[in-house]
Amino acid sequence: MLRIDLEGHFQEKIDREERIEAKDWMPEAYRKTLIRQISQHAHSEIVGMLPEGNWISRAPSLKRKAILLAKIQDEAGHGLYLYSACETLGIDRDELLNELHTGKAKYSSIFNYPALTWADMGAIGWLVDGAAIMNQIPLCRTSYGPYSRAMIRICKEESFHQRQGYEIMLTLSRGSTVQKNMAQDALNRWWWPSIMMFGPNDSDSTHSAQSIKWKIKRFSNDELRQRFIDMTVPQAELIGLKIPDPDLKWNEERKSYDFGKINWDEFWNVVKGNGPCNKQRLRDRVKAHEDGAWVRDAAVAYAEKKRSGRVN
Amino acid sequence: MKNWPLFEIFIRSKSGLNHKHVGSLHAADAQMAIENARDVYTRRQEGISIWVVESKYISASDPVDSDPFFEPALDKIYRHPTFYDLPDEVKHM
Ligand SMILES: [Fe+2]
Ligand SMILES: [Fe+2]
Repeated sequence: MLRIDLEGHFQEKIDREERIEAKDWMPEAYRKTLIRQISQHAHSEIVGMLPEGNWISRAPSLKRKAILLAKIQDEAGHGLYLYSACETLGIDRDELLNELHTGKAKYSSIFNYPALTWADMGAIGWLVDGAAIMNQIPLCRTSYGPYSRAMIRICKEESFHQRQGYEIMLTLSRGSTVQKNMAQDALNRWWWPSIMMFGPNDSDSTHSAQSIKWKIKRFSNDELRQRFIDMTVPQAELIGLKIPDPDLKWNEERKSYDFGKINWDEFWNVVKGNGPCNKQRLRDRVKAHEDGAWVRDAAVAYAEKKRSGRVN
Repeated sequence: MKNWPLFEIFIRSKSGLNHKHVGSLHAADAQMAIENARDVYTRRQEGISIWVVESKYISASDPVDSDPFFEPALDKIYRHPTFYDLPDEVKHM
């Protein structure tokens, strides 16, 4: 009886658009769903640093290098905001990292594709950050307070990520034939994985209905995907690049683009760990964590020493 | 991060304003928390002053009791200026 009242009260609060805070009562399933979603999101931010980090030392100019560094640093910050939000739900950082490093937790599959050329830095900013922003803007109003506040901060910082990516594509598309081809090739490789970022079709999405009822999610995967496509196609046209989808066509009746069939076998295959870079990403992540162990230990030893007054 | 305690971070965005809670982070000590808070929370000049406090030192009211706890303020509407009916002629009071 009491349990039912608590759940009823909780849902009413959500329906009134009140935020749930860390110490408020919440159903166990709500807590679990959030831990899964926020930690996946946090992991995606920091694993997402890897394909771009690969290009810092090879950026074509000092200006591009500084921009890329700033973007990647932002992503590290996003990871931190999200890990902190997740920890308010009663799980600690070590446990979260351990789940990532043992492959138990997932991160966005998009980062299991390689960044082969400089144009990929353009395509990633434009498409991958673009799709992420499309997903993240509604999350600024998600029902869990700490998550929503983290998302507001993240969205503010994200806006330059997409613009710098699109500007790279714009510059390449105005360059030599080789540069223009490089941009087109990057679009060809990143387009489909980017539209897969919104997740499975609504009919196959297991968590969607409950998440929408709890107002963790506000829009379905297919709605967001459609919006992203409608927004991106004209941007590609503007810089003379072609979206690699022969079935892409404006539908006057729907006032939206129809698009081709998504290769969900590829999607699930990458999710299951068989994408081109899954093993490399995880290995790099674990190595970075292990290589940093002595720094963490040294910082603790120094802090203890300071506390005991042996240094000042 | 087992031995790195959690710190709550408060930032004053410009002079004249309160420090405001912005989030939390783990650090070995307060000095490191301040430096890391600068790196993550003020990359775009969002602050001119940072406070950090170890999360374990914060005591909070209990949300379960929040209704009765804040109830005493509920029926004292005479604490608000709008409670008082004054003639329209009195313009600014
Ligand atoms: Fe991000
Ligand atoms: Fe980003």
